[in-house]
Amino acid sequence: MKSPAFAYAKPRTLDEACGLLEAHGEESRIIAGGQSLVAMLNLRLAAPGLLVDINAIEGLGGISVQGDRLVIGALVRHREIEQSGMVAENCPLLAQAAPHIAHVAIRNSGTIGGSIALADPAAEWPACCLALDATFRLVSKKGERRVAARDFFKGLFATALRPAELVAAIEIPLLPNHRSVFLELARRRGDYAIVGLAALARPEGGRLHDVRLAYLGGGDAPILARHAMQAAEGKPPAADLSAELARDLSPLADLENRAATKLHLANVLARRALAALAA
Amino acid sequence: MTARDELPVKGSKTRTQAGYIGKAEPRANAKRLLQGRGSFIDDLRFPRLAQVVFLRSPHAHAKIRKLDFSKARTAPGVIAVVDGRAVAEYCTPWVGVLSHLKGLKSAPQFPIAIDRACWQGEAVAAVVAETRAQAEDACELIVAEYDPLPAVIDMHEALAGRHVIHPDLGDNICFNREVDFGAVEAAFAKADVVVEESYSFGRHTGVCLEGRAILADYNAAEHTLTVHHATQAPHMMQDIFSKHLNIPEANVRVICRDIGGAYGIKVHVYPDEMCTAALSIMLRRPVKFVADRMESFLSDIHAREHKVKVRLAATKAGEILAFDLDDLTAIGPYSVYPRTSGIEGNQVVNLTGGPYKHQNYRAKLNVVFTNKNVTCQYRAVGHPIAVALTEGIVDLAAQKLGMDPAEFRRRNLVPDDAYPYTGAAGMKFELLSHHQCLDKLLALMDYKALRAEQAELRKKGVYRGIGLAAMIEVTNPSPAFYGVGGARISAQDGATLRLEPTGMLTVLSSVTEQGQGTEGIFAQIAATAVGVTMDKVKVITGDTSTTPYGGGTWASRGAGIGGEAVLQAGKALRSNILDIAAAILSVDKATLDVYNNEIIDAASGASRLPLAELGRVAYFRPDTLPMKFQSELMVTRHYTPREYGFTFTNGIQASLVEIHPDTGFVKLLKHWCVEDCGTVINPMLVDEQIRGGVVQGIGGALFEECHYSEDGQLLNASMADYLVPMSGEMPDIVCGHVESPTKSSELGAKGVGEAGTAGAPGAVMNAINDALAPLNARVNSMPFTPERILDALGAANAKG
Ligand SMILES: Cc1cc2nc3c(=O)[nH]c(=O)nc-3n(C[C@H](O)[C@H](O)[C@H](O)COP(=O)(O)OP(=O)(O)OC[C@H]3O[C@@H](n4cnc5c(N)ncnc54)[C@H](O)[C@@H]3O)c2cc1C
Repeated sequence: MKSPAFAYAKPRTLDEACGLLEAHGEESRIIAGGQSLVAMLNLRLAAPGLLVDINAIEGLGGISVQGDRLVIGALVRHREIEQSGMVAENCPLLAQAAPHIAHVAIRNSGTIGGSIALADPAAEWPACCLALDATFRLVSKKGERRVAARDFFKGLFATALRPAELVAAIEIPLLPNHRSVFLELARRRGDYAIVGLAALARPEGGRLHDVRLAYLGGGDAPILARHAMQAAEGKPPAADLSAELARDLSPLADLENRAATKLHLANVLARRALAALAA
Repeated sequence: MTARDELPVKGSKTRTQAGYIGKAEPRANAKRLLQGRGSFIDDLRFPRLAQVVFLRSPHAHAKIRKLDFSKARTAPGVIAVVDGRAVAEYCTPWVGVLSHLKGLKSAPQFPIAIDRACWQGEAVAAVVAETRAQAEDACELIVAEYDPLPAVIDMHEALAGRHVIHPDLGDNICFNREVDFGAVEAAFAKADVVVEESYSFGRHTGVCLEGRAILADYNAAEHTLTVHHATQAPHMMQDIFSKHLNIPEANVRVICRDIGGAYGIKVHVYPDEMCTAALSIMLRRPVKFVADRMESFLSDIHAREHKVKVRLAATKAGEILAFDLDDLTAIGPYSVYPRTSGIEGNQVVNLTGGPYKHQNYRAKLNVVFTNKNVTCQYRAVGHPIAVALTEGIVDLAAQKLGMDPAEFRRRNLVPDDAYPYTGAAGMKFELLSHHQCLDKLLALMDYKALRAEQAELRKKGVYRGIGLAAMIEVTNPSPAFYGVGGARISAQDGATLRLEPTGMLTVLSSVTEQGQGTEGIFAQIAATAVGVTMDKVKVITGDTSTTPYGGGTWASRGAGIGGEAVLQAGKALRSNILDIAAAILSVDKATLDVYNNEIIDAASGASRLPLAELGRVAYFRPDTLPMKFQSELMVTRHYTPREYGFTFTNGIQASLVEIHPDTGFVKLLKHWCVEDCGTVINPMLVDEQIRGGVVQGIGGALFEECHYSEDGQLLNASMADYLVPMSGEMPDIVCGHVESPTKSSELGAKGVGEAGTAGAPGAVMNAINDALAPLNARVNSMPFTPERILDALGAANAKG
């Protein structure tokens, strides 16, 4: 299929971009890597009047350490994160998760900002951001505000983003004493996972502290599995968190998996992740 | 190498030289395609070219209450908006039946549905515009109203017939067949061991890189229709366009350009394609249709979808006595024209138990209509079903007997010295090599060592499984396949070879190329038969107005049938060339030969005359030749296999998998295939056919399924949701060959294109079940998703 016709603008500054979004309101749509949006356009699932291409805006790219945070610009491609020494050193979870996102060609274009803004419940970055307790810098004509990842994801493709607001950067607190594991189960390499888990903890003498378990594919949004985290806190790796996970997660059935199957798989991942964190 | 050093062709007692036959020659068209210089239908540019898109029914079964085109007709760029009645003025309907499938029935089908849509995705209107985007925009402006009708989705419900899809037909049964050979009841009565199992096979489809594509160009001044068509059977389509569009056959030209995969998908008559041709006549201008991905899922033929119950009777000593089969398959609302949708089920009946020497066989087949997309012949037609259920039940019997599955097969496979042999299902086999293939396979995979490793790993909680699947395969079909049933589909193919003045060789063949390398092997055969080097050969296929008449590419027939025609034409041309050489050189023809683009002295190998010089004389200075001598440097030969209904091939596959019992995931570790396609013309292409076929078979076993909702909506019509097998999950595939050339042709080649697909699902299923055996679990519904495996394990846990 072919996309319906749309107008196209490629602003050079953030200010200009915010102005366009403000002026065109609902009719406008940001395009970053285009790896999700172009498919939606061609399937005629989206029909914006104006595409605001943010790729030429300076200041939306780059990876840096600023104080006790790793800061990743919204336009940073999945592939840059995967290959960045700075990310591997300061936030290994992202480096572990990146290869699971789609395929190289898609990772070369797709952006972390796009992934956060889209908020696919099966996407890797949103779950990682929950586990890492990241904060998003959001910018609009009205200025900048900062929203914690844990307050940002609201449901199926729903976020705290306001109309005419864009994701400018992702700030991630450095956790030098934590260990991380990223696991997911996908039918084929590069597919969205049936269920996945971004896990972090500080291991100490065989016990796990500050346990964080963030699931993708566990519900209509990325989910921090609080009951499971609580049950695992301060203990040696748990073998079975199925009761807690049943309270935390509410997976949606898909064509090949019932909700109960996904819950079962989530528990398998928790067991594997906790064991790996303590090892 | 001199002429005398050349090996005979691997067929028995032939005098042709081996030359390039059996060599892994790279194919000429690969480079062109890799460089992006392929010419597919969507690459064509024509003046006044219009594009058509279709409004497709959103309902599985509905009365079309209203179609309002007023807004769409005035949209920018729109040339025409038409319904089924308007198109029917230009194209007559068809009924997909064959007389030799007795009782097979279907309803008339129109290019665009009239009054009633019978599956979600059936075209109900067409919009023609200057561009595809404009046509899609206008399509959204059509106001269509429907009254939904009861949709028959489940095949058991279809059989029960509470709602009859085509009331005129009386019931939902397209075709049924029962066979009963030997004494099945008695065999089961006296058997020591009886095993029974039900298998279900998901509906899937052949996902081509290039969607279906057609560009029809009607010329009113000449009353000619030129159709650029991504089809596997150009002459068949020429006949069909002629018949249904009422244009004399000679005025219809079908041209195939590069085709991006076909797998049987592109050998059928599709309503939207017939509509495109009709619109070209109606509008008197070229019209193009290229199916997009979603349309492909909704309207390319689907396949498989069988539910089968099978029983096997055996003795304690491990002798198979009988197979008993009951197959139910659903084909959508119409039997597809002109090959019908009864063939797949019919093949299951013909092929089940095929590798084995039991004498008793009974089978029952019901083919029913449903309100889903149509199904028809897709790569390996029926074989994956027949092989999987045969090999599944054979493994179950071996398990029950406590016998090693390889040993159990060895005891029951038809002996290699038993040929010609007629199997229990009545199939006639000229020469098969089951035992040689089994031995070669077991050696290739080091079966004993694998079994030992498997046992060791099991102790450590690692669940590996080894699965075998023996197979027979229908190739090189004679007219018994379609022609005898009244279909105007040629079982014969032809080749024309022409020596050009420069000594180049042009080959025209009626077999088509859609990425499998047919043109490459024809070049090898032609170069070998005539005595030129490969770089001198140019192969032309896919044009009804230039190539000889023939069937095209399907049923693993291109190499065996089309290749033999090339060989015979080449031999005749070589003889004609030698006549000219003898005339020029004034020597006895018998003393000369053609080798390496030259006429040589046959005894000494000494060079006598370059072919370029012979060509110059023959074409430009025939005045120097004897007065009554006329050179003939263009030769046509045809070939039809007739001695056997089919030239059966055989082979055996093995799969090694590891199961993760906590997730239900299957890891494919390795796959082996040893098969016998007779003469191997190009080992590289044969291996790639096998590997590609195996991957498609694995797709059916593990990944691919067209999911329908209860009301007949296809739920996964996209590449994101329909899982094709991808390289990341595929194991290494090791190929081995046994060569038992068919004596029915001089080339000795049997088909190979479908063997991989035929055997892989059964091998993978058996490997999974072998891995699950110590956990007392079994699966029998393809595709084997992790959830299905978890369910089987859960059921096992509940029992134990
Ligand atoms: C075959 C395939 C497989 C895939 N598999 C995966 C996978 O396994 N895991 C995964 O996570 N993703 C997957 N993706 C999606 C991919 O990661 C996308 O790149 C990502 O979801 C969106 O990023 P983008 O830059 O391409 O965004 P775009 O497609 O350009 O935009 C997506 C949405 O986000 C909005 N948007 C983009 N940037 C911003 C911003 N800075 N501020 C506010 N809104 C913005 C757009 O308006 C649009 O609504 C896959 C994609 C494909 C094609």
